[in-house]
Order: sequence, then C-alpha cells, then structure tokens
Amino acid sequence: MKIYATYNIKGGVGKTTAAVNLAYLSAADGQRTLLWDLDPQGAASFLFRIKPRVKGGGKALIRGTKTLEGAIKGTDFDNLDLLPADFTYRNMDLLLGTSQRKQTRKLAQLLRPLAAEYDNVFLDCPPSISLVSENVMHAADVLLVPLIPTTLSVRTLDQLTDFVADFEGARPEVRAFFSMVDRRKKLHQEITQDLLAKRAEVTAAAIPALSLIERMSVERAPVTASAPRSQAARAFRALWSEIRSDQE
Amino acid sequence: MLTPGLRDYVLEPPVGDHESTSKDPGTDLLLAALAALAPSFTVVAERGAPGSGARQLTWLDTFDWRLYRAGLVLELDQARRGGRLLLSQTDGTPRAEQPVTGWPPRRPAQDLPAGPVRDRITVLISPRALLPVVSAVSEVSVMRLLNADGKTVAWLTAERATVTAADTTAELPLCLSVAEVRGYPAQARKAAALLAAVPGASPASQSMFIAALTALGRHPADYTNGVDAEITAEMPGSVAVARLLLRLLDTLELNVDGVLRDIDTEFLHDFRVAVRRTRSAIKLLGEVLPADEANHYAQEFKWLGDLTTPTRDLDVHLLGFAATTEHLLAAAPADLEPFRAFLVRRRAREFRRLAAALRSPRFGVITDDWRKALLAVRDAGARKKRRQPTAAELATRTTARAFRRIAAQGGAITPDSAPESLHDLRKRCKELRYLLEFFAPLHDPVAYRKVVGDLKQLQDCLGEFQDCQVQREEIGALADAMLAEALAGRGTTTAATLLAMGEVAARLAVSQAEARADFARRFARFAGPAARPRISALLAEPGHPAEAEPETP
Repeated sequence: MKIYATYNIKGGVGKTTAAVNLAYLSAADGQRTLLWDLDPQGAASFLFRIKPRVKGGGKALIRGTKTLEGAIKGTDFDNLDLLPADFTYRNMDLLLGTSQRKQTRKLAQLLRPLAAEYDNVFLDCPPSISLVSENVMHAADVLLVPLIPTTLSVRTLDQLTDFVADFEGARPEVRAFFSMVDRRKKLHQEITQDLLAKRAEVTAAAIPALSLIERMSVERAPVTASAPRSQAARAFRALWSEIRSDQE
Repeated sequence: MLTPGLRDYVLEPPVGDHESTSKDPGTDLLLAALAALAPSFTVVAERGAPGSGARQLTWLDTFDWRLYRAGLVLELDQARRGGRLLLSQTDGTPRAEQPVTGWPPRRPAQDLPAGPVRDRITVLISPRALLPVVSAVSEVSVMRLLNADGKTVAWLTAERATVTAADTTAELPLCLSVAEVRGYPAQARKAAALLAAVPGASPASQSMFIAALTALGRHPADYTNGVDAEITAEMPGSVAVARLLLRLLDTLELNVDGVLRDIDTEFLHDFRVAVRRTRSAIKLLGEVLPADEANHYAQEFKWLGDLTTPTRDLDVHLLGFAATTEHLLAAAPADLEPFRAFLVRRRAREFRRLAAALRSPRFGVITDDWRKALLAVRDAGARKKRRQPTAAELATRTTARAFRRIAAQGGAITPDSAPESLHDLRKRCKELRYLLEFFAPLHDPVAYRKVVGDLKQLQDCLGEFQDCQVQREEIGALADAMLAEALAGRGTTTAATLLAMGEVAARLAVSQAEARADFARRFARFAGPAARPRISALLAEPGHPAEAEPETP
C-alpha cells in the first residue's frame, strides 16, 4: 500500500483538486484506491457527493472506538472509495496531542490495517502546519506539494524539505508540482522554468489554471472523469504518470 | 466499490394475470419494478458499465457430471475478446478463476490452458473431457440508483436470458439484483424491499445454471452409468429384467455419439460396460425372455463387445502411459516414444473400424429391434396369466447360483492352477457383481454393502492379475508388429525401444505375481466359511430384508 498526501501550508493552491483527480486516475488504472478527506471543510467529500460526516466523528476514529474501515464509502467510480471528512476533524490536533504527549504516528497506525484492501491511499490534508500535518508526513510515502509559481512558493518548498529532513527513521519523498499556472504571466513562466532546472523534486508536469478545474465544484465529479479529453484532464494524467513512474 | 449481489429477484407475470395482453411481459415487469423504485431513487441507466450488455455463458462439465457431483460448477463467461472460466461451489462460493482466449468451448477441453481452474479440476475430471451442458445468451442492463445528492447508493442489474441445450431453447424469467455500494447498506436494503413488493416478484431460489436446466426440462447429474431401473420385489421377473435391459440400452445409446466423435475414452468404456452388463443379464436372467430372442441378442451383443475390445485395450495402454514411463529403471522415457507413437497409430486404425461398425445398419437394427423386443416383454409381463417368478425370486435364485459357482471354482484354484482358471473366475465374479447391482434395490443395504465390498476387493485382485497378463501378451505382440514394420523399412523402432518395452513387461510380471500371491486371502475373505453368513443374510429374502445372521469373527 502506497500512501500519497497532497500538502501545502497555504490554502487554495489546488490540493483537493489534485487529490481527487490523482485518486480517480489511480483507480482508473485498476489500483484499489482510497481517498481520505482530512480537511474539515469536506471539499473532496462534496466533489464525490458524499456527506461530510463520520459516525462518532474524528474522536472515534483517533481513539479507535470506530474503525476507519467502517466509515469508508464507495464513490460512483470503480476501485475508488472515500473516507469522508467530518467537521470534528477541526479538533484533530487536540485529539492527537496532550500537553504531556504528542502523537505523530497515529494516522500511520490507523491506516495500517487497510494495507490488504488498498493499493494506493491519498490523504487530502488541511492547510497549516499542525500536529495533523506532522502525522500526515509520517504516514505518507510521497508528499505531493502543489506550488503556485510565486517567489514565496520556493521558500515554502525549502521549509518543507528542511522539516522532513529532520525526521528520524522513514522520511516521505517530496514531489512538488506547479499548480494554477497561468501561461500568459511572464513571472509564472520564469519561475517554473527556473525551479524546474534547479530542483530535482519538481515534476515536469504542471497543472494550468483552468476554469474547467474550478467548475468541478459545480459538476461534482473529478474533471478527469467528467471531461477526460480536456486540457485539464490531460495535465492531471501527465502528472499522475510522472508520479507513478517515479514509484515503479 | 461494488459488492456482490445483495439479493436476486425473479419477476414473472402474477398468476391469474389474464388481463395482460402485452407481447413482452419482461419489459412490462421491468417497468413495474422501476416504477416501484421511483419515489425513493433516481434510476439512471449506465450504458457501458462493466458487466452490462450482451453476455454469453456456457456451463461446462464432463458427460457424467464429475464437477457437479464434486459440488462444483464451471462457467465460461464469453466476452467479445476471449472470456473467463469461473469455478464455484454449487452454493455460488467462488473457488477459482482464469482467463481464456481463443478456447472454443465446443472443443473437448483436455487442452484447457494452464491456470488455477485447470489446476483445480484436472485430477477430478481426468480422463474425461469438458463439454458444454447448457448455454445462455443474455442481455444485462445495469442501472444506478441515486439519492437526492445525485450520489450512487446502489446498483440494479436486470438480466433477461435465453437458454439452450442440444436443440431445446427456453426463456428464463426476468432477474433483478440489487448490489450494495460500500457504506450505503440501508439504501440497498430499501431498494430490495421495494422490488420484493412488486407483483410477481419472488426471491431467486436457484442459480441461473439450475434455473436454465429446469427451464429445459432437465436436472443436474441426469446421466449415470448405473443400473437404477425402477424394480420392485413383487414385480414379475420378466418385467424387472426388461426394465433393467432397457435402462442398459439407454446408457448404451447415450454414449454412441461420444464414442463416434471420440470425445474422450470413457464414452467407449461406459458403452462397453453397458454391453457387458447386457450380455450377463441375457445369460443369467434370459430364462424370462423369449428363448430365440435371448439367443439371437446374446450373439449380437457378443459381436458388439468384441468390436470394441481392440480400441479399449489400446486406450488403456495410452491412458497408463505416463505412469508406465515413471516406473522405468534402466530405460529412459524417450526410449518408449516410438512405442507410444505406434499405439496411437494402431488406435486410430482400430477406431476407424469401430466407428464404421457403429455406423453400420447392423448396429442400428440391433438397438432398434432390441428396444421393441424389450418393450414387448415389459408390457406383456404384467398381463401373463401363467405363474412366473417374481423379481425377488429370480434375484435369489440367480444370485445364489452365481455365488455357488464362484465358491466351487475359486475353491478349486491352487497355486499351480493355470492363469485361465483365474481369468474364468474373474468373469464369474463380474457376473455376480452385475446381478447384485441389478437387484440392489431389493437387498438390505447393510448386507449388500458388506458383500459388494468384499467382492470388489476380490475383483480388483483378479483384474490386476488378468490385466497384467493381457498387457504382457499384447506388448509381446506389439513388439513383433513393430519389428516387422522396421524390417519392412517403415518404422523407427530401435533396440532401445524394445528393451524399454521388455522392462515394462517385466514390471507387469512383478505386479501380476503380487496379485497372484494375494488371491487366496481375498478369495477366503469373500467366499470362505467366515463370509458365508453374510451371503445368507443377503439372500434371505430379497425385498424383505431379514435379520442378518451373526457373523463368525
């Protein structure tokens, strides 16, 4: 079981659209895939028309009174299941840490029993640096980091790689990709070309800023499923193919 | 993710629904089902969904239902490109699956491609071939059931099938099944409950395979090479014998097609067993048949039996060939290859002769006239005024006589007796076995099992002795023939091959000697003083099982 997590400290950079589309493409490849919507806003759950609700809330899952397995819902697509968001996830930090003890590997532990059932798991994380994101980084094999081509985004990537480098034991591989790229903007072009040349962890495939991707919330389906021939779908397929071939 | 069908429903026009004048009741029923779901779900047809569209299914088994008798069902699901074989238990639990491409199911399946299904069934069916039992062509529609958010919460599958076996065709009722989407069990239950309430709907109680057979007026395992003719103790002997012989004639005729198409070796085997049983019945029970007919058909069935012997003997050689090569000590398996090739050529030649005879008018006349003669005996038997033995009396008298002959003949065999005396005893034992099987319904089952069990042990020993003898003689004759071919410049026989055949013959001699050494013990167990009470108990009063005499240890 391979665990991928889409993560960025900033919000609105395309984490959820990436998680939803990459999970769909993984399932379409015939891989048994689970997407866990960890963001209390529940955007990924909404896109799959699944109610952002888990019985017993995040507390029951973290404390183990309810299993993850029992909360999983089938999406409308073959091989693709979703663990829905719940509004109580906003308190997950509190559940994971007390003043005496911080649990940084709880999510990894909770996901372990699912190894027999799934080939790929995608974690869609809320923005921020928190105990939840630290857990996600420990659980993930690959951190997928969407970057908007700005000068600041380079700093974000540096911070993240430094943070992960300090981990003891297994460290996730960091794979960054440009997201919401506007090819008409000169700055976007310069930054993407510059960073691509300098940083090996940045993928060649990038996700352009397209209204079709924004319309996903209206269609309530991955763009890779609803408009498979679109430019947006092609971009996600190129990204998935690059990530997948890294792992082979 | 789809889970297997939660519940299946069969929809048939409700009984007494005389008002329905529709030409397509299946569509009407589907519309009724969809109307029942409409208040709770939006139903959306999913064209191109996995499993939807035209489906062609073929259920396969050996002619004698070896898979079904072992609790298994084998299904070939054919799609446009290739297909897959699914092996499941009769209750539907899957056991193995393998893809097959370019594998025509009409062809006997010894050459089934390697895979988990073949691994699982080879030992079970060998040496029989897989044949299509029944096939179905169906149209499957898959529909999504959506909730108010437009989310798929269950799947509905509708299947309409036309089934065919041999030349008979039937329509199966519309079958609907609800499958659950993970995490939405309540919605699937609700959909199932709505379907169950549609007039004419009932839970599907049998698999599609059984439903298909039933619709065609058949039932599973409807072939056996047994002699289960319906006979009773009080029935006139002639009627019982005619019934037995008719049952044997049915078996014989059912196997002719498989013999002629050379599908597998066991068609000929069953055919031969039916012939031998017929000959034994004419010989031992023929007193209740018109004398001239009994004599005539005894000759005709001898002709039939002799006709099949050469092919069967060669089949036996070829079936045991792999085992034979495994036992070689000095020679290499490759040394025997020319011998195998020779056997195959011989077999082809003998088979052509056999097939020609089975296609000849003489064979057609035998079977047709024999059936007419037997039907006449069966129908006249009940009307006869003259007192004739009942089936039970006939059974007692003939079985006791057969047993006495075996006791006398076997008792006279000493270590110095000629092999022919054992061969002769083997034939008598076979006759007794057939008599016991013919009248099995009249005997006490416990006494019957004991006697037949011991008899079988004795027969195995005599069979081993005689088969080794025959095969040794045959190897000698075949070696002569191969040598003659080689001298005529036609064969590829080498000294290595003949030496290897010598080794095979030597091994047969060892097995034969072992069987010979075991004879006295097995014979005593079956017919010695200790065994007599078992026979007496069996023959006490067929039809009215008596208390068995206490056995002497």
